[in-house]
Amino acid sequence: MSEVHTTDVAIIGAGPIGLFSVFQCGMLKMSCHVIDALPATGGQCTALYPEKPLFDIPAAPGINAVDLIERLEKQIEPFKPVIHLNQQVTELEKIDEHWYLSTSSGLKIQAKAVIIAAGTGAFGPNKPPLDSIEQFEGNSVHYMVQKREDFRGQRIVIAGGGDSAVDWALSLADVAAEVYVIHRRDRFRAIPESVAQMKALADEGKIELVIPYQLASLEGEGDKLKTVVVKTLDGDERRIEADHLLSFFGLATKLGPINDWGLDILNGVIKVEPSTCATNIEGIFAVGDIADYPHKLKLILSGFSEAAQAAHAAYLIVNPGQALNFEHSTTSGVPTL
Amino acid sequence: MTTLTFIKPDGEKTTVEATNGATVMEVAKENDMPMLAACGGSLACATCHVIVDEAWYEKSGEVCEAEEDLLDTAHGLTNTSRLCCQMKVSDDVDGMVMTLPPMG
Ligand SMILES: Cc1cc2nc3c(=O)[nH]c(=O)nc-3n(C[C@H](O)[C@H](O)[C@H](O)COP(=O)(O)OP(=O)(O)OC[C@H]3O[C@@H](n4cnc5c(N)ncnc54)[C@H](O)[C@@H]3O)c2cc1C
Ligand code: FES
Repeated sequence: MSEVHTTDVAIIGAGPIGLFSVFQCGMLKMSCHVIDALPATGGQCTALYPEKPLFDIPAAPGINAVDLIERLEKQIEPFKPVIHLNQQVTELEKIDEHWYLSTSSGLKIQAKAVIIAAGTGAFGPNKPPLDSIEQFEGNSVHYMVQKREDFRGQRIVIAGGGDSAVDWALSLADVAAEVYVIHRRDRFRAIPESVAQMKALADEGKIELVIPYQLASLEGEGDKLKTVVVKTLDGDERRIEADHLLSFFGLATKLGPINDWGLDILNGVIKVEPSTCATNIEGIFAVGDIADYPHKLKLILSGFSEAAQAAHAAYLIVNPGQALNFEHSTTSGVPTL
Repeated sequence: MTTLTFIKPDGEKTTVEATNGATVMEVAKENDMPMLAACGGSLACATCHVIVDEAWYEKSGEVCEAEEDLLDTAHGLTNTSRLCCQMKVSDDVDGMVMTLPPMG
């Protein structure tokens, strides 16, 4: 069996609120492990709007989202949180007095309390909802590309209209046998020079732009793709023989396994008691965008406050029978763990 | 009072009252419609995709370029697809009917 990490509090999600939960727990001398599906911390701030300024963070007017995350990381540094990236928490179960979390990479964490700061769910590729798509994943359907050489001599269908679609169309034009770009309209959301280059390659017949089409279905055997079926909005169908589909529709979030843990969830949010952020299951708290109560505001500001409420409530579970002395940070300073 | 009708993925129809000036996404969320609207209306997620009944599409308002761009990342698009956080409730859309795609 793989090693089991032990900690006071396991935090699911390293978005701004998960990070600040580390701070609030740390001030109460509780250790934390944090898990996130993304390869970097920061949740929506990093994944969706890194360069946008936020104007409603107290005392940090106009701060860029990436800078906010950088400052939060600095603020929690003294508490030495262990942050596990690139993996999704897939299981959560209670055995005796402890919670056990398992991740998609096989990591196991034992914790006395759990704070769910999962936002709108784990970030991952925005997959087209085609029936058989998962069957081809790993072999013929790809959401990112590492090595261009892997596609030498192959017939490639690229779906999407953003930078990734355009950049890979340009890059693969030379090595692939055939490149088709499926997009629903003529306009691409990419650097104009790249779009112009792509259109020039199409004029030369090196690649084909299949516009205005959307993916309709995939056909093949086992995990080997044979045909990509595409359709126009008016129902005109085209069948493209292909070895690989590169699907580039950006990121999407999925709550996934969190739905199965017996929590009180409706439409992607978990009901909590706002004064403690306790969920319906003792020892599990929810904070940030995923926590819901009457008149909830999905703001970073509210999430920060929820992190403080949850940490104080979690203290009583992590340290049963021990008094919780309320102290201001000006009195306690930043405790070391 | 303006009313809006949502048809859920399973075909169930719900007609709700809506306050003029609210976004259709806000109305859907208030009424617990099965819709993620993950980014809270900041035009960053496309999970508030609705299919507007053809008869109402013209009245549903202008589609700005940023909405068109984001629609590129929605699936199952139709000629009357909209991101409903960009649609405002007004007398013009009183009675509008929209279908909600599956939440994915
Ligand atoms: C374009 C845009 C602009 C915004 N502007 C503002 C603003 O000006 N002011 C403001 O206050 N708010 C703003 N927001 C909202 C703000 O970003 C969110 O409220 C905030 O990110 C919520 O933080 P969070 O930590 O709760 O969740 P998130 O930031 O969503 O982070 C959750 C993290 O949890 C991870 N996760 C989920 N499930 C799992 C799992 N099972 N295993 C592993 N990891 C998991 C996800 O991958 C994600 O990284 C904006 C949002 C957007 C999209
Ligand atoms: S709610 Fe995210 S785009 Fe409308």
